[in-house]
Amino acid sequence: MSKYKSVFDIIGPIMVGPSSSHTAGAVRIGRFARTILGGTPRHATILLHGSFLETGPGHGTDKGIVAGLLGMETFDPGVKESFEAAAREGMTFTVGEVNLGPKVHPCSAKLILESQDGRTIDVIGTSIGGGNVAITEVDGYQVRLSGEYPTVITVHEDKPGVIGKVTGILAEQGVNVAFMNVARKQKGREAFMTIEGDHDVPAEAIAAISAVDGIRLTRYLPKLT
Amino acid sequence: MSTEIQFQSIADLLALAEQEGVGIGEITLRFEMQQTGFTRELIQNAMLARWSVMQEAMEAGLREPITGLGNLVSGNGYRMGAYEPKLLDPILAQTAARAMSVNECSAAMGRIVAAPTAGSSGILPSSLWGASQKLNSTPDDIVNAMFVAAGLGMVMANNSTISGAKGGCMAEVGVSTGMAAGAVCEMAGGTPFQVTQAMALAVKNSLGLVCDPVGGYVEVPCVKRNSLYSIMAITAAEMALAGISSFIPPDEVIAAMKEIGEAMPSQYKETSCGGLAITPTGRKVMDTKPHTVGTP
Repeated sequence: MSKYKSVFDIIGPIMVGPSSSHTAGAVRIGRFARTILGGTPRHATILLHGSFLETGPGHGTDKGIVAGLLGMETFDPGVKESFEAAAREGMTFTVGEVNLGPKVHPCSAKLILESQDGRTIDVIGTSIGGGNVAITEVDGYQVRLSGEYPTVITVHEDKPGVIGKVTGILAEQGVNVAFMNVARKQKGREAFMTIEGDHDVPAEAIAAISAVDGIRLTRYLPKLT
Repeated sequence: MSTEIQFQSIADLLALAEQEGVGIGEITLRFEMQQTGFTRELIQNAMLARWSVMQEAMEAGLREPITGLGNLVSGNGYRMGAYEPKLLDPILAQTAARAMSVNECSAAMGRIVAAPTAGSSGILPSSLWGASQKLNSTPDDIVNAMFVAAGLGMVMANNSTISGAKGGCMAEVGVSTGMAAGAVCEMAGGTPFQVTQAMALAVKNSLGLVCDPVGGYVEVPCVKRNSLYSIMAITAAEMALAGISSFIPPDEVIAAMKEIGEAMPSQYKETSCGGLAITPTGRKVMDTKPHTVGTP
């Protein structure tokens, strides 16, 4: 499947500079991770890999990720002063380095985020070029999320019937499943599912999914702007 | 309008354009309509909105000198814009000024449109501006040319890369120059075949271009390179219009770009660990810049 599917992946995004991969991509990775967490983190550990680390401050990668974690868009003039904005909004953060190995794209970062209510998630995000991004790992589960489709994420008990109930609820709401991925670390324990749909998913559907027996966590990620 | 529009290669794009008797821009627009289900007007307006942002960025650096975050470039767009050229056609000199203006705006964390990237964001708008001045083009012509650029860019992005960290500067400035060359070629009345040749000539001339930004800033050599390559894009279009074609077909040029990018050592792929970045002057910048890692 082609990675770039729209003319606006090539002519766009509208963004503040200086780099589409290292600034706009960084903002979008931050925004993406923030949605998975479910809001602005209390604390963020930002670990830069490869080219993200080497060119980091010159390309505003650190500022970009922080801006995204605060919910800013790629074209927000506030990206430039995101560290000050973080201080105002009470988000603390550290910037460090990580080596994710030679197979991981050079424009990648690992984010360890602590939510306001004390939960922690780990996310690995990659900037693939021209401001386009992918989330490749969440809490150690391999995923491939582009942000191009409204996405439902669930963490659920690895037992028969859960997936069927979730897709059933989406079908009732007229949401067609475009892509779907289920991952688990061990049989019968916990599974991690991502569903990318063709349509926005209404809040009632997300509530209904959260109530399905065996579902431990549900997140809804609208199309990434 | 019932034909299914799918293209994986420049040859596909060309075949569709010739079969439908329309330009590459129209084929790309129809593709986007089929992909999204949105109307022609909605998609054209979204593109026009990007042209407005491009125009603002071009004006920004002409109005007053802009200095990049790293302080390595300052007021070059302004300087060139105010200058009376001795060698170049005045429109081309102003094209060069506008390319630098956009990149200086970007380097100062101002608002631009990635085309296909921010580091290469000056080439397409300035070439479009230059061609539109020469040809008295309407905004509709410019928007159509932007679809030409996007169609060519999508093929290059999908079959190679538009990440400097993966393919060096040719993946950014090279792709951008190819997009701009094709775009202004169609604006000037080039046939779909000539459009693809303009792209191939421009990309071929960018092969091997390394990404070695001084101090990790998108300033040196990026800003001035955008200027020089915007003129190259227009020259490539002019050559194609004159009937000159690329000996190596466009899709083979893209394959070569991919192969060269993969073989290129990582110090030349946006790590600032080679080339201009490690010259004595480059090192001085690196040694004095703020450090990445730590708590602010």
